[in-house]
Amino acid sequence: MTTLTLEVQRKLGTAVERMPAFPQSVQKILDLTRDINCLPKDLVTVIEKDPVMTMKILKIINSAYYSLPAKITSVNQSVVYLGLNTIKNLALSIAAVGMLPRFNTSGFDIQRYLLHSLTTAAVARQVAVQYARGQLDPSDAYIAGLLHDFGKAVFAQFLAHDFHDALATSRERGIPLHQAELEVIGADHALVGSMLATKWQFPQHLIACIRDHHNLEAEPTALMDCVRVADQICRKLSFGEAGNAWREDEAIVAPQRFGSFEAVIEALGDLEKIVSDAQTFAQV
Amino acid sequence: MRIKFWGVRGSIASPGPRTVRYGGNTTCIEVRTDDGTLIVLDGGTGIFQLSQTLVREMPLDTHVFITHTHWDHIQGLPFFIPIFVPGNTVRIHGAYDIVSGSGIEQVMNVQLQYSYFPVREAELKARIEYETLTVGEPVTVGDATVTSVMLNHPVVDLGYRVDCNGKSVFFTGDHEPWYNIYDPADGEYAEYQRMVDEKHDGLVEAIRGVDVLIADSSYTVAEYPSKRGWGHGTFDSTIALGRRAGARKVVCTHHEPTRFDDDLERAFTEALARSAPAPGDPEVLLAREGMEIQL
Ligand SMILES: [Zn+2]
Ligand SMILES: [Zn+2]
Repeated sequence: MTTLTLEVQRKLGTAVERMPAFPQSVQKILDLTRDINCLPKDLVTVIEKDPVMTMKILKIINSAYYSLPAKITSVNQSVVYLGLNTIKNLALSIAAVGMLPRFNTSGFDIQRYLLHSLTTAAVARQVAVQYARGQLDPSDAYIAGLLHDFGKAVFAQFLAHDFHDALATSRERGIPLHQAELEVIGADHALVGSMLATKWQFPQHLIACIRDHHNLEAEPTALMDCVRVADQICRKLSFGEAGNAWREDEAIVAPQRFGSFEAVIEALGDLEKIVSDAQTFAQV
Repeated sequence: MRIKFWGVRGSIASPGPRTVRYGGNTTCIEVRTDDGTLIVLDGGTGIFQLSQTLVREMPLDTHVFITHTHWDHIQGLPFFIPIFVPGNTVRIHGAYDIVSGSGIEQVMNVQLQYSYFPVREAELKARIEYETLTVGEPVTVGDATVTSVMLNHPVVDLGYRVDCNGKSVFFTGDHEPWYNIYDPADGEYAEYQRMVDEKHDGLVEAIRGVDVLIADSSYTVAEYPSKRGWGHGTFDSTIALGRRAGARKVVCTHHEPTRFDDDLERAFTEALARSAPAPGDPEVLLAREGMEIQL
């Protein structure tokens, strides 16, 4: 499946270490932390809305020295384990790297990508609560939704030229973006995202979900079902945009669990709050 | 095993007539295992007095365990006399610092800089070894075992349990009991509380049955609300922890620099009065510079 050379794999792996976070969170982290009495929960709210910050914090915290009893998968858990001030200073050091530019030469709109990630995360969490109660931790669904397309942000930042071609191919031929990525780059964003998640010692179920979210042959899990359907709903309803346009012939994933799009969207109720929260943060 | 307190103050050394009974040096505890191995818990200013008693024992092989790298716990290290004497081995153990991305090897180096100290690290005559610990992985030291537990402070803080031939002591370093950052009305409250309880239960298990629990008791319960998040416990939280974990003795330490002897005794007595002991509850003591506990 993968023809990504070891050289490119290595390059992406090390490049991400220096990958800047989103401008919104960098600015908010700087603002919040200027006040020594800032509310811990406000800080958590900002960090967990930024895929880069979240990725980096989970990566550092799951490193071997702390031999935590279980892998850490949420920002709140990181705060409990490492303490608020340590997480705050980690966030500040990530903020110091700089900010992701909104437009890169690939033409991928990073703000709209952020909106897609945030809404997918929030919808996945809600779907988990309503459709998979007791089968998974809803906060895992949030994290998996937030990070499922992280590979695209990496492509846009570090393989901009090839990613530009993949986006164009997908658009012109009306094929799914991950297929176009395979043709042009030799690996898709799902694989690259999971490769990084593996390198950073994320828990297995999260790695598998990122890796297989487009692979219909993979063994389905409750987590995967929730993330996939959330991704579909957000694309269908045009919440943000991640280079992979909605195709009218797409069938709902896991129909035995969800029934139809109409049914799920109806059951989820008003998504206005999710969208407006995400829009406020993503500033689009 | 024998324990001796060389520094019991938090934050900054505070000598003077009004702290003379409990002492003004910052954190340093000497633990002697049955075979005489020296384990030093923290290198606050108290380590200087300890080191003066060690001259007769040189050459010596000693282990210093640093709970965390705040000044009051490391400031005495450059004055730990054995580091200047050839033939000694000083092994410094401590946590990985997630923010700077370096291990405990930086603890000496950051202090021994030209502008701040006349001797460079390279000029120290003893053999200095650094051991960055994996949390929870026991380390054998002489006839004892030291196990670390991650606690709650503004910087990574490890509590240490020393076990030697059936006797044991646990020292928290600086620790504030975990608390919920959400309000009960917030959706995240219950989940966060579950994690908080889990961490606290884990600590209780790590301390379970120790002969001596030495814990951060910086504040009174009245002071605590305005100091929440600063990373310190109260007399009451220490007493409760010792009881829950079934410790035999509980020692309250990390006294506030401005809490003079009389006030310290008053605050301590009030805390004891608030929670009447049940039969079998541990004896509770105030840490005092020079105090020794023989196990
Ligand atoms: Zn302290
Ligand atoms: Zn401290």
